[in-house]
Amino acid sequence: MYAVHPGTVSPELAQFLDLGGYAWKPVGDAAEVTADAPSEGWSGAIIQLDSPASDSTEAAWAVARALRESVSRGVLVLVRGNALDELTMRDELFDDFCLDPFHPRELEARLAHLAAGSSDGSTEIITYGPLRINLDTYEAVVDEQPLDLTYMEYELLRFLASQPGRVFTREALLNQVWGYEYYGGARTVDVHIRRLRAKLGEENADLIQTVRSVGYRLGTYRWR
Amino acid sequence: MTVSSRERPQDYVLRRVTERGVRFIRLWFTDVAGQLKSFAISPAELETAFEQGMVFDGSSIEGFSRIAEADMVARPDPETFELMASRSGHNGDDISARMFCDITGADGTRFDGDPRGVLRRVMDRAHAAGYTFYVAPEMEYFLFEPERADGRPVPLDGGSYFDLTTADIASDIRHRTLSALETMGIPVEYSFHEDAPSQHEIDLRYSDALTMADSVMTFRLLVREIAFEHGVHATFMPKPLAGVQGSGMHTHLSLFCEGRNAFSDPSAPDGLSDVARGFVAGLLTHAREITAVTNQLVNSYKRLIAGYEAPVAISWARSNRAALIRVPPTRQGQSESTRVEYRAPDPACNPYLAFAVILAAGLTGIEQGYELPPETPPSITGYSDHGGPVYGHHLPASLDEALDEMEGSALVAETLGQHLFRWFLRNKRREWSTYQTQVTQFELDNYFDAV
Repeated sequence: MYAVHPGTVSPELAQFLDLGGYAWKPVGDAAEVTADAPSEGWSGAIIQLDSPASDSTEAAWAVARALRESVSRGVLVLVRGNALDELTMRDELFDDFCLDPFHPRELEARLAHLAAGSSDGSTEIITYGPLRINLDTYEAVVDEQPLDLTYMEYELLRFLASQPGRVFTREALLNQVWGYEYYGGARTVDVHIRRLRAKLGEENADLIQTVRSVGYRLGTYRWR
Repeated sequence: MTVSSRERPQDYVLRRVTERGVRFIRLWFTDVAGQLKSFAISPAELETAFEQGMVFDGSSIEGFSRIAEADMVARPDPETFELMASRSGHNGDDISARMFCDITGADGTRFDGDPRGVLRRVMDRAHAAGYTFYVAPEMEYFLFEPERADGRPVPLDGGSYFDLTTADIASDIRHRTLSALETMGIPVEYSFHEDAPSQHEIDLRYSDALTMADSVMTFRLLVREIAFEHGVHATFMPKPLAGVQGSGMHTHLSLFCEGRNAFSDPSAPDGLSDVARGFVAGLLTHAREITAVTNQLVNSYKRLIAGYEAPVAISWARSNRAALIRVPPTRQGQSESTRVEYRAPDPACNPYLAFAVILAAGLTGIEQGYELPPETPPSITGYSDHGGPVYGHHLPASLDEALDEMEGSALVAETLGQHLFRWFLRNKRREWSTYQTQVTQFELDNYFDAV
C-alpha cells in the first residue's frame, strides 16, 4: 500500500496509480501517516511537491519525516524542475525522485526499482500491481490476500511475474516451468492459466493476458 | 535456491503449511468403488509422509485387500496440495489442506488395486503413442430436503416455484459451491438449474484426465459438504426420482498431440481426423463392455432408459442429441475445440476407472483402425419405428447384463488389471444378487391385488 501526498491527488497521478494497479491511499498530513497506516505498514510513498518553498512543501516534508519512521526504503518525490533546490540537504528524507510532469514509464520503473530493493536484501520479492511474490517463503499475495496455489501454479505465476509484459509461448512456458521431462503437452499451460485466473479472482483475472495465437504474459504494455 | 528441483514441490508444500498455519493435512485416495478415503496427519508428520509415505491397513479398504499383504503405503502427490475451501476446512483456526496419494505396497511397488494408478497406466500408454487425454465432465446432481418422507426423497424446490426461502438456499449453495471450486483450482465452464426439480448441473473446464478425476472427487465432496452446511442433502445418485430425468456425467473427450488437437483435420469434409474416427469407433465397439464401469450401480440403469434424454442405443451423431456419442460441430476457426461427448457415464462412477476404460476403448479403436459406422440422422431418437435399436445394439439394460459384458472383455480386464477386474466383478455381482432379493414397490402395486 502506497501513501500518496498531498491528500488531493492530481488526476494524472491518480490515473497512473490506478492504471498501474497500485494499491494506494492519500495522506493529507503527518498525523494521517500514522493514523491511516495499513496493518502491514506502508510499502512505499509518493510525495508530490507542487511549488518551491511554500507552506505546502513544508507539510510535504513533514509527511516524509513521518514516513521515515516506518518506510526504510521506498519514498519517492515528484518534483518540478524549478523546485529541485528543495531536495538539497534533505537526502535522508527520500530514496529517489522523478521530475514532474512525470512520464508514467519512468515513474513505474523507479517504483519497481525501489520496491525490489525495499527489503533487507536477504529476501527476494517480486511485485507487480496488486501482486507480490516472496521467493523465499513461496508466498504469493494479491490485494494483500494470500493466494493458495499448487506448486505448479506458483511456479507458473512466479515465472510470468519475473518478466512482466513479456509474452511467452506455451512451449516456452512448458519447457521453462515444467521442464522437458513433463509430458502433459502445451494444453497443460492453458489449463494452469485458467486455474490461476480462477484463484486470482474476477477483479484480477486479467493480470494474466492471453496473446492470441502466441501465448501469455503477465500485465500489459500500458503506456502507449 | 539450494533445494534441488526434485525436492522443490515438497519444500513448497512444507513452507506453505507453515506460512498458512495449516493444522492438519488430509491425505486422500479412492477405493475401487469410487469412495473417497481420507486420513489426517499433522504438519509434524508431513516430512516423513513425503519421504516414506504413510503406512495404513489396506484390508479395511474396499477392493484393496489381498491375502498376502495388508500393509499399504499412501504416498502424497505434492502437486495436488490445496487448502480446503469448504467451511469445515476453515473452522476457526483449523485450516486444513488435502493431497491425493498414490498407493504402493510395503515394498514400494505400485499397487494394482489403486484406481489412480490404473488411470496413470492408461495415460502412459496414450503418451507412448504421443497423446495427452483431456476430459471435461458435466456434473449433474440433485438437492433434497434433509429428511425423506415415507422413505421417499423430497425435492428442495419441487413443491412451490415461488417459495423464496428454498430458492434463496439453492442459489446461496450454488454461489458457495462455485467459489469453493474456483479457490480449489477447479474452474467452472457453466452452471445452471436442470430440467428436473432440484436438479443442478455444473460443467467443469477441461483438464488432463488424472487431474480431472482428482477434481471430480473433490467436487463431489465439496457439493455434499456445502449442501450439508445449509441443511440440505445433495446426491449424485443417477436416478433418485422416477418420472423425471436422472443425473448424468456427460464427458467431453479430446486427444492432443504435440500441442495440437488430434481429433481435428481441417482438410476432411467433416473436420474430423482419422484419429477421431478411430477413437469414436473404439468407444462404440466397446461401449457395452465398459458400461459396468461408467455406470456401476443398480440404480444407474434406471437412468439409461428411453424418453429421459439418456442414451440407450449405441450410436454417434453430430447433431442428434439422443446419440450415445455426440460430436458437436465445430465452427470455422475453432478446430482446436473439436471434441467427442460420451453421454453414458453417471456421476456415481469411479472417475479414475471410468476415464481409464473410456480412454482404453478409444485408443484401441485408433490402434486397430476400427471403421466408423455411419452417423445417426438427426430425426431418429435412438429407436427405430419398430421400437428396436437402430444399429441392433443398445447399452446394457441392467447391471447384471453390463457385468456379463464386462466379464467377457479382454479390454476391460487388461485396463483394470486382474486384481481390480476380479474384485469389481465379484463385488458388483454381490450388489446385483442382493438387489434381486428385494420385492419392489412396483411389484406390490401391480401384483399384490391383481393376482
